[in-house]
Amino acid sequence: MYVIQQLINILQLGSIYGLIALGYTMVYGIMRLINFAHGDLFMVAGFLSFILAAYFKFPFLPTLLICMVVVAMMGVLIERLAYKPLRKAPRVSVVITALGIGLFLENFVLLFYPYPQNVPTLIPRITWNIGGATISYLQVLIIGLALFLMLTLDLIVNHTMVGMAMRAISWNRVVVGLMGVPVDRVISITFALGTGLGAVAGVMYSQAFSVIDPYMGIVIGWQAFICAVIGGIGNIRGAILGAYILAAAQILVVMVMPSTYRDVVTFTLLLVFLAFRPYGILGKPAVEKV
Amino acid sequence: MKKTLAILLVTMLTITSVALVGCKSSAALTIPIGLNAELTGGLPVVGASCKNAALMAVKEVNDAGGLTVGGKQYQIKLFVEDNGYKADQSVAVQQKLITQDNVVAIVGPNASVMAVPASEIAESSKVLMISPWSTNPNTTIDSKTGQPKKYVFRACFIDTFQASVDAKFAMNKLGAKRVAILYDLGNDAFVGQSTFFKNTFTQLGGTITDVETYTTGDKDFSAQFTKIKASNPDLIFLPSMYNEAPVQIKQAHALGIKVPFLGTDGWSSQDLITLGGKDVEGCFFSAHYAPDIATPIAQKFIADYKTAYGAVPDDVAALCYDSFGLLFQALKTAGKVDRQAVRDALATIPNYQGVTGTMQFKEGSGDPIKSAVMLQIKNGKFVYYSTAQP
Repeated sequence: MYVIQQLINILQLGSIYGLIALGYTMVYGIMRLINFAHGDLFMVAGFLSFILAAYFKFPFLPTLLICMVVVAMMGVLIERLAYKPLRKAPRVSVVITALGIGLFLENFVLLFYPYPQNVPTLIPRITWNIGGATISYLQVLIIGLALFLMLTLDLIVNHTMVGMAMRAISWNRVVVGLMGVPVDRVISITFALGTGLGAVAGVMYSQAFSVIDPYMGIVIGWQAFICAVIGGIGNIRGAILGAYILAAAQILVVMVMPSTYRDVVTFTLLLVFLAFRPYGILGKPAVEKV
Repeated sequence: MKKTLAILLVTMLTITSVALVGCKSSAALTIPIGLNAELTGGLPVVGASCKNAALMAVKEVNDAGGLTVGGKQYQIKLFVEDNGYKADQSVAVQQKLITQDNVVAIVGPNASVMAVPASEIAESSKVLMISPWSTNPNTTIDSKTGQPKKYVFRACFIDTFQASVDAKFAMNKLGAKRVAILYDLGNDAFVGQSTFFKNTFTQLGGTITDVETYTTGDKDFSAQFTKIKASNPDLIFLPSMYNEAPVQIKQAHALGIKVPFLGTDGWSSQDLITLGGKDVEGCFFSAHYAPDIATPIAQKFIADYKTAYGAVPDDVAALCYDSFGLLFQALKTAGKVDRQAVRDALATIPNYQGVTGTMQFKEGSGDPIKSAVMLQIKNGKFVYYSTAQP
């Protein structure tokens, strides 16, 4: 029972990490950019769901959909305004811009909500008892929704024209552009998908942990980024695999060691991967083009 | 045109600077006092309460014509600084108040994480510091020598006392025999409370079934609570902050944990109920004062605070108000505005009637002798349950 319960915990944590990690990995895959503002967009989605649920009394499904659409549009807007003008600039400039956008989002939300907020519960609190382990309706929803979205994304990337364009751009942006693929539009779609998934994570996270604050995207953003690195950054299936691996590592640490070692293990895992397998589990070593 | 503008500008600057100098020389006598508070960062509610109470205490004195020290009337000048809930910033701010603003004494910081490092600065600079809310023993005791610090005082009880009150309460009033503990390893106050609770509770014959930890900022406690649940306790001791406890208790309930929770003074902010809702209903915690059994002094304070800020003051506000009360009393007793004299006067205050009860200081310790109360959360309110004497 104890082990089953921890397994459920791993699945819940891993699903949230996975949804966020996908945003990092997609953007990196197509633009070679680590979008450090991604964790903060996750936070914005949490606050948006709070506003919709607390002030406008929206039920769950409309809240989720509105958050997805609005935050996805924000993602596209940020790309257009902040990253697009830097297409030809050195990569460091874009990364610093991303950090700046993240800081802006945090402080912008801080302006209106300096204190942590309590998100109203939108999902009925039903729990089931399976052989002593407890699983809630919310957990089932988080895990189910995450798996569904991950599969859908995999389908889009591997079996549609847009997906093919994305994969092509990640190989060689210049040549693909010359062959008539609308590179800018495909990049926008990538941002929309990535941040939309992050928004779902934000809404589900706010439901699961109920207390939100403007800084909540920072740490969880790092964790999701580590997931993406472990799985092989730029690789979509890798991000999902990395998310469940990291979640399992974090929960197992607490199971057998004092819980303080959790972050030590998390970051050690990142260092080990960066040192010995920087391209991650499913990634392929990059060949330096001469 | 440019020339006229330049002349105009110079004239204006001269007039203003003359006016400023003139102002300074003709101003009333002032006593500079520093406030080192958690205005931004992880504990904004604590910082806001502290600042509100400080401004109120100072305004009361100034509106009444000032403080009479050694036969002269002084206005209080308050320097408010933000420590950002960061240890390093708290030290920097402390130094700024002492060297740049030349304050006579400092109130704050509130949380032990900031108060312990800031106290080192106060001690080495020989400037009186009163922490309203820091309950960790190391705030007033030098951890290297084990000797009490000479210039550091507090307005609240300490963790050894609080934890023993909690342990006795758990065993005698709640009938708990098996207790599990979850605490933040990154917070001095909670580490202390957990250790002392564990010691007292086992001495009383109880069993600690499991001790779990986390780090400040963690949001997922599912693994810890699953372990705690497996250890089968009748009560969970949860010394944490008002904005963490609701998240933790909600997760525990989601995992099917049904045993009651017992908290400490970190819970005592109205935000606990706002954030926790039904989940925190029925829980107990130890606190510095209970608004519903207040003495006449406390009732006046609560009423004034409500008029000024439209909210019931939490215990940080009450303790901060008391810190200023103690400081004013010490200034009056000292009879002169001098850092050393004020410190000496405070160290031997025999009896001070504050909002949070009667306090007494004895030379050789910066910790007041005072009582604690147990509160319960009932129908969305903090309700007085019992008092524990030192």
